[in-house]
Amino acid sequence: MKISKAAAAAAVAVALSLTATACGGSKQDAASDGGASGGAKDKIVVGIKYDQPGLGLKTPDGKYTGFDVDVATYVAKELGYEPNQIEFKQAVSAERENLIANGDVKFVVATYSINDKRKEKVDFAGPYFLAHQDLLVRADETGITKAEDLNKKKLCSVTGSTSAQNVKTKLAPEADLLEQGGYSECITGLENKAVDALTTDNSILAGYAAQDKNKGKFKLVGLSLSNENYGIGLKKGDKELQTKINAALKKMVEDGSWQKAVDKNLGPANYKNEPAPQITEGS
Amino acid sequence: MFDFLDSGQYDVLGAFWVTVQLTLYSAVGSLIWGTVLAGMRVSPVPLLRGFGTAYVNLVRNTPLTLLIIGCSLGLNQTLGIALGGSTFKEIGFRLAVLGLTAYTGTFVCEALRSGINTVPVGQAEAARALGLSFFQVLTLIVLPQAFRAVIAPLANVLIALTKNTTVAATIGVAEAALLMKEMLENEPQALFAVFAVFALGFVLLTLPTGLLLGWVAKRVAVKR
Repeated sequence: MKISKAAAAAAVAVALSLTATACGGSKQDAASDGGASGGAKDKIVVGIKYDQPGLGLKTPDGKYTGFDVDVATYVAKELGYEPNQIEFKQAVSAERENLIANGDVKFVVATYSINDKRKEKVDFAGPYFLAHQDLLVRADETGITKAEDLNKKKLCSVTGSTSAQNVKTKLAPEADLLEQGGYSECITGLENKAVDALTTDNSILAGYAAQDKNKGKFKLVGLSLSNENYGIGLKKGDKELQTKINAALKKMVEDGSWQKAVDKNLGPANYKNEPAPQITEGS
Repeated sequence: MFDFLDSGQYDVLGAFWVTVQLTLYSAVGSLIWGTVLAGMRVSPVPLLRGFGTAYVNLVRNTPLTLLIIGCSLGLNQTLGIALGGSTFKEIGFRLAVLGLTAYTGTFVCEALRSGINTVPVGQAEAARALGLSFFQVLTLIVLPQAFRAVIAPLANVLIALTKNTTVAATIGVAEAALLMKEMLENEPQALFAVFAVFALGFVLLTLPTGLLLGWVAKRVAVKR
């Protein structure tokens, strides 16, 4: 008697949890599909970085600023969404593919370099920006002019990032490389002279150098150590969205909004941007 | 699916070896430091007791990430303390051992203090009556019995420590978690396979530890 009661209870519990998950699943699908219809009341969810000044930054008062945010806003407008219909979601590097594949976001604009391994899981639109790996040094530094100079210097980058791996394997294997959790920690070290240089994409470096509290303290060395073509990540096989985003990007460059967004977000660091790259994905 | 392991690009065993080294150094350090702390917490000197209590409650309740980043940003980058290391690789490793020892020592201390409570008060009283000093009572009579009682809890602390070493990745120590970040950056198509490899690695490290020390605990327990 006791056993059968317990079994019944367990069965009910299982059934309940199954229906509960089923509900959750369908709800989520409905939310993520909402973007396709483009109706007036729908929201669009866009993945950006929250921690990269100049590109994608969530400010303490809950606003979003940066070049990636401006691009995302422009593209969303072309897709039929007003700025207040955009919901930004944090897309940290390791999670970008899953956010897209699961339909949690419609597309991702987050310093997302196009490469073949990523293309196995997601499709890209764009590229909308060409960045290069570069070095940020203190404004009075004169001893670092090329990558080989790093072999006797202390260098900082972010744990596991492509830039850090480039230094270790190619650029300067003998450099004393410190890998920190984020670029802000590196900036602290650079200011305190614990490290001599900070390396990652020049767009990200420019964003930090352009921050009000850092103005005049640092400078970009101006090297092109790699080519990073930033693309907009979207669900694999969604040709329609890809074409639409590509058209939006083209329009953004043609009407001058693209250059305006670059100047506004990265200009204060004396950053010489590359011209807008040719769109290569999905044509 | 696991073809990224054959590319020769990633030294998974090497990364886990750093994890093992971090664990061993920190385990020895925190065993010593935790014993000292436990001695302080049961000592007759109020100042030492106060310090032990304050330290344990402060450090035990501080997130480990905060301690480790504090070691790197505060001690190294701001104050310039390098613990005798010259490259960031050495400095990071030593700072991580320092942080892990400071943190894990508090848990060793508390486990040991519960072990001390298992020793009947009469034994300490008898030892005092024989004319032994407090230090002699502690090291000759109480601690040997206390240690035998807390092997199993200490095994838990050791397993927790093994997993906690992953926090050292935040200050750039090239252990398993750091390599995992690198692999996630390069191999997004094999996300779950990468996770599986590292999860398995940690299970392989911690499961035998638990089984072995559980067996030891049964063997050496004081039968009362």
